[in-house]
Amino acid sequence: MSEPAKRPSLAVWKFASCDGCQLSLLDCEDELLAVAGAVDIAHFLEASREVKPGPYDLSLVEGSITTPHDAERIRFVRAQSRFLVTIGACATSGGVQALRNFADVDEYLSIVYAHPEYIQTLATSTPIADHVKVDFELRGCPIDKRQLLEVITAFLHGARPRLPAESVCMSCKRRGNPCIMVLRGEPCLGPLTHEGCGALCPTYNRACYGCFGPKPFPNTGSFTDWCLGRGSLTRPEAVRLFRTFNANAPAFETESRRHEDQNDQS
Amino acid sequence: MKTRTIKVDYLARVEGEGALQIKIDGDRLEELHLRIFEPPRFFEALLRGRAFTEAPDITARICGICPVAYQMSSIHAMERLCGVAVDPIMRSMRRLLYCGEWIESHALHIYCLHAPDFLGYESAVHLAKDHPEWVKRGLALKKVGNSLMALLGGREIHPINVRVGGFYRMPSASELRAMKGPLTEALAMAEETALWVAGLPFPDLERDYTFVCLSHPDEYPMNRGRLISNRELDLDVADYETRFREEHLSHSTSLYSRLDGEHYLVGPLARVNLCFDRLSPRARRMAEKIGFAPTCTNPFKSIIARALEVIHVCEESCAIIDGYVPPEAPYHVCNPVAGQGFACTEAPRGILYHRYAVDGEGLIQEAKIVPPTSQNQGVIEADLRDLVRRNLALPDDRLQWLCEQAIRNYDPCISCSTHFLDMKVERS
Repeated sequence: MSEPAKRPSLAVWKFASCDGCQLSLLDCEDELLAVAGAVDIAHFLEASREVKPGPYDLSLVEGSITTPHDAERIRFVRAQSRFLVTIGACATSGGVQALRNFADVDEYLSIVYAHPEYIQTLATSTPIADHVKVDFELRGCPIDKRQLLEVITAFLHGARPRLPAESVCMSCKRRGNPCIMVLRGEPCLGPLTHEGCGALCPTYNRACYGCFGPKPFPNTGSFTDWCLGRGSLTRPEAVRLFRTFNANAPAFETESRRHEDQNDQS
Repeated sequence: MKTRTIKVDYLARVEGEGALQIKIDGDRLEELHLRIFEPPRFFEALLRGRAFTEAPDITARICGICPVAYQMSSIHAMERLCGVAVDPIMRSMRRLLYCGEWIESHALHIYCLHAPDFLGYESAVHLAKDHPEWVKRGLALKKVGNSLMALLGGREIHPINVRVGGFYRMPSASELRAMKGPLTEALAMAEETALWVAGLPFPDLERDYTFVCLSHPDEYPMNRGRLISNRELDLDVADYETRFREEHLSHSTSLYSRLDGEHYLVGPLARVNLCFDRLSPRARRMAEKIGFAPTCTNPFKSIIARALEVIHVCEESCAIIDGYVPPEAPYHVCNPVAGQGFACTEAPRGILYHRYAVDGEGLIQEAKIVPPTSQNQGVIEADLRDLVRRNLALPDDRLQWLCEQAIRNYDPCISCSTHFLDMKVERS
């Protein structure tokens, strides 16, 4: 017996995060009802109390893994999902909460909580791909909602999302922005950062702070040494510059550790 | 009589992760716990050693629903520390950005998170199948708030354009004027919204609350003023921690913020009740029309308070735009001073307190952040106990839904996990 064609089912999952990336879906005000018509929203707790059983055709996963319980739960989510797409810096690199990876988590616990013994937490915050197979990673802190729609649309058509892996500089040039590094000598992470925002910060006269994480093969060492040589950056500032919302992304992590080590020696 | 247990493992239509457990023994409520199991993210710890100028961008990441609130509280705290007072135009631009967040957050909550409860729908998507015009109006209203945030902040979630001392880039007069049309439409939609929510069926519950909000003689509470209550509180924000304390209760693993040891309520209902006379003229006229007068003590009617506030911020946004003259510089230079800075602003969900200790190099030594939902947690539980006792006769599924609706009265933003403790998750 053949059943009538079913709409693909969509599930949205949250791990350690701020909820901003899943909010991006609700922020697609013009498209939300069309999306809800094209897919069956089967599990999206921020938006609906109705929960349909899996398996799900497409899972969007927000947040990083920071507790033993979540390390188990992501395996369940993977097992229930035909395609699993991570959305945002937390899910793709560990997020701002990965700053604990460079510190002593017991000390963090005692700073924030009166009774640390009640808290279950891991010493690290890690991306979803460290735990299960991920089919596509969407970057950004937060993600760009147009890119999210591209991912959902591509999925519905059985295609790869068409999202360039170039640097922020490319869109900055296309927008005709004056270069922050050239004009003001300020350290702008645009040359190292994955495109996706449309060069938002430079358009607002601000140096890029890398919230979309590193682009493939960023020349972090050359960038930082150039800034250090010109005196536009100190080593402690370099450490902080690479340790924000994608601190655990390998290229940024390596670079921040390099300057931390040299701090210790000097 | 039989013991019955109602468990909601994952609360829906709230921001963040929480659970509710109710144990009823016959006609007696035995146990009720609202559990927050948002994983801890340690913001107060990870802020240590960061530059004071980084606090707005870092604390924004506490909550994707109200990032502007975190940016505003941290910026005001740092400017107080540096002894910088921004000029009136810059202040009004911050207020305009905050208005955008209030419109966006309130419209989201009214239409997508809360109204479906009153009408018996699982979500706004379900509601849209029967009443697309309502949901479309809500989304259109929400979009205007987001457009305002995108213009002033660069983007809706985690705006990039605010900094300690002002903005990176000020909008041009013509960019702002272009928002007048959408805001005028939003004002009309906000009025329709208030009429609509006033007609919803409200569960019967009146409670004796301590309402707390900011209060300033010249404006509706948002980013300055003293802390007041309906019970003789009148406090400088500098003294916040002398009266407001967070307590770690032995029977619970959550932190509860208390005022002189008692629960208190923050958010739209507190603001509208305590500062009704500072609502915009059209918001007050609408309140009169729908028969909403202070002091309202039915928590379910917070959805009306929220709608009145949307009218207010739409009207105020138009006034701010009319008076806009671009300033000479987009920001004041702020040099770090060793010491303490603190501030309280009104997030859409209620007061948000920040305090920072900073050293002479401008590095943060200590941070304290008290989000609105940790302040409302005590009254949420008290409301639930009262509600359950009054409705013991309801079957489990209806009682559960009513409790969920009562939690959503507060638009709880559980992602604000600075303080929300993870509890040992009960595994079943």
